Amino acid sequence: MKKLINDPDDVVAESLVGLAAAHPELRVDHANRVVYRATPKPHGTVALLSGGGSGHEPLHGGYVGFGMLDAAVAGEIFTSPTPDQIVAATTEIDTGAGVLQLVKNYTGDVMNFDMATELVGGIAVETVVISDDVAVEDSTFTAGRRGTGVTVLVEKIVGAAAEQGRDLAELAVLARRVSGAGRSMGVALTSGTIPASGKPNFELPASDMEVGVGIHGEPGRRRMPLAGAREIATLLVEPILADQDFGGAPAIVMLNGMGATPLIELYLMFGEVSRVLERAGISVARSLVGNYVTSLDMAGCSLTVLRADNDMLGLWDAPVSTPALRWGL
Amino acid sequence: MTNAAAVSYEQLLNWLRLIDESLIEQRTYLTELDSEIGDGDHGTNLARGAAAASSKVDIDQPQFVDELFRLVGMTLISSVGGASGPLYGTFFLRFSLSAGHVTELTGEKLASALEAGVAGVVDRGKAELGDKTMFDAMEPAVRAFRDNLGQGVALAARRAFDAAAQGRDATAELVARKGRASYLGDRSVGHIDPGAASTCLMFEALAEALA
Repeated sequence: MKKLINDPDDVVAESLVGLAAAHPELRVDHANRVVYRATPKPHGTVALLSGGGSGHEPLHGGYVGFGMLDAAVAGEIFTSPTPDQIVAATTEIDTGAGVLQLVKNYTGDVMNFDMATELVGGIAVETVVISDDVAVEDSTFTAGRRGTGVTVLVEKIVGAAAEQGRDLAELAVLARRVSGAGRSMGVALTSGTIPASGKPNFELPASDMEVGVGIHGEPGRRRMPLAGAREIATLLVEPILADQDFGGAPAIVMLNGMGATPLIELYLMFGEVSRVLERAGISVARSLVGNYVTSLDMAGCSLTVLRADNDMLGLWDAPVSTPALRWGL
Repeated sequence: MTNAAAVSYEQLLNWLRLIDESLIEQRTYLTELDSEIGDGDHGTNLARGAAAASSKVDIDQPQFVDELFRLVGMTLISSVGGASGPLYGTFFLRFSLSAGHVTELTGEKLASALEAGVAGVVDRGKAELGDKTMFDAMEPAVRAFRDNLGQGVALAARRAFDAAAQGRDATAELVARKGRASYLGDRSVGHIDPGAASTCLMFEALAEALA
């Protein structure tokens, strides 16, 4: 293992120290491992909270700021944060209008956010569980579809709506609508390595790729020989289109790097993906290419396609100012 | 019920100490099991939780069974994270509630407290037998403890450990239906569930503490 770290057990804490040093517009509670906006939003505005295991940076701390989250709670690497952290963040960011929790669908995350909701008193809390990963086919006999790339789109779109002053119930409906209209599919070329374990998280021979991989290296639909970008684009797009009808609607498309794939390859992949989408009659209204939901140093990418409407497009274009997404200001 | 059949506060405290030692010792083993079908952090997370619980107990020095296990449960919930934090945390919280404000437990009371703990795990995790989870080791262990109480707590705990070990080993043949391993589908067959393995360590420690 070659990593820019000190003690493997201190990676999350020390990374938050660096985030705080780089971004004075954020405030970090190091004891609870929560990233806040340095300037809280106005009283009476619904606050947005997300969080999850670390190792997916910039998710979630990189999306704290105007137009997106009010706080992000960081767990250990690939491990959900604990209820007391979530309670602390919920209490801190509530301005009286309630808190919307955006939770990726993983057993641990759902349990810990549920326990926090049971423990926090006197604050209106709504929880939206995001599950967009089409790689999981049989959700009856699994923990259900995983929350992956569409999380970024939900945080952006709902974050903008919260700035407009929409109420908690409206925002929860919108978050569910965006989550329900987005689909993702990923592919891994190599495994990431958790610093504390020091070894690759899963074995993937040099000649193979894992199609449908999750953001913690969970296996997907199948392992197959490494193919060219053109073929991989089809492997990513087809299950998404088979699962969701995009007929005529504008699409927001994100081609996301898993952490160890250079931008030159991500752009190449986006070119291939947009060609496949175009052939399928899908008009790409907005696009995002880069590392937005990573999996430590895993090589590979994921594709997220959101069936948008005019409300969502308007909110997507609205100003945002966070470490990882910044436009319109 | 005679006093000889009762389990003392010291024995229960020793149980927790032995769990702590075992989790720290077996950290790599649990993490390796988890790397095969999960995300490779089970050993690390539990070792961190066990160390936190031990130091909390040292600092607070609870005097009653319910206080001891509430402290352990709350510490696990606030230090482990993932799914195992809430699940083991809930186990010990429910154990604490059932045990009550006492300084020793009869075998019967201990069996009831263990059963309450398992019920808590089911409430939180919604697992069923055969889902390839910690419940597959925990349920038979607690049942064996109750069934063998007539022969004394030491033997009952020994039988509970045997049952947990059998349950753990049997998870190798199962297809995971809960948690992160469920995404493997058939590929999860052939691997022991890490949660069942850590539960087994817990009952091994109980057998040792009550021997």
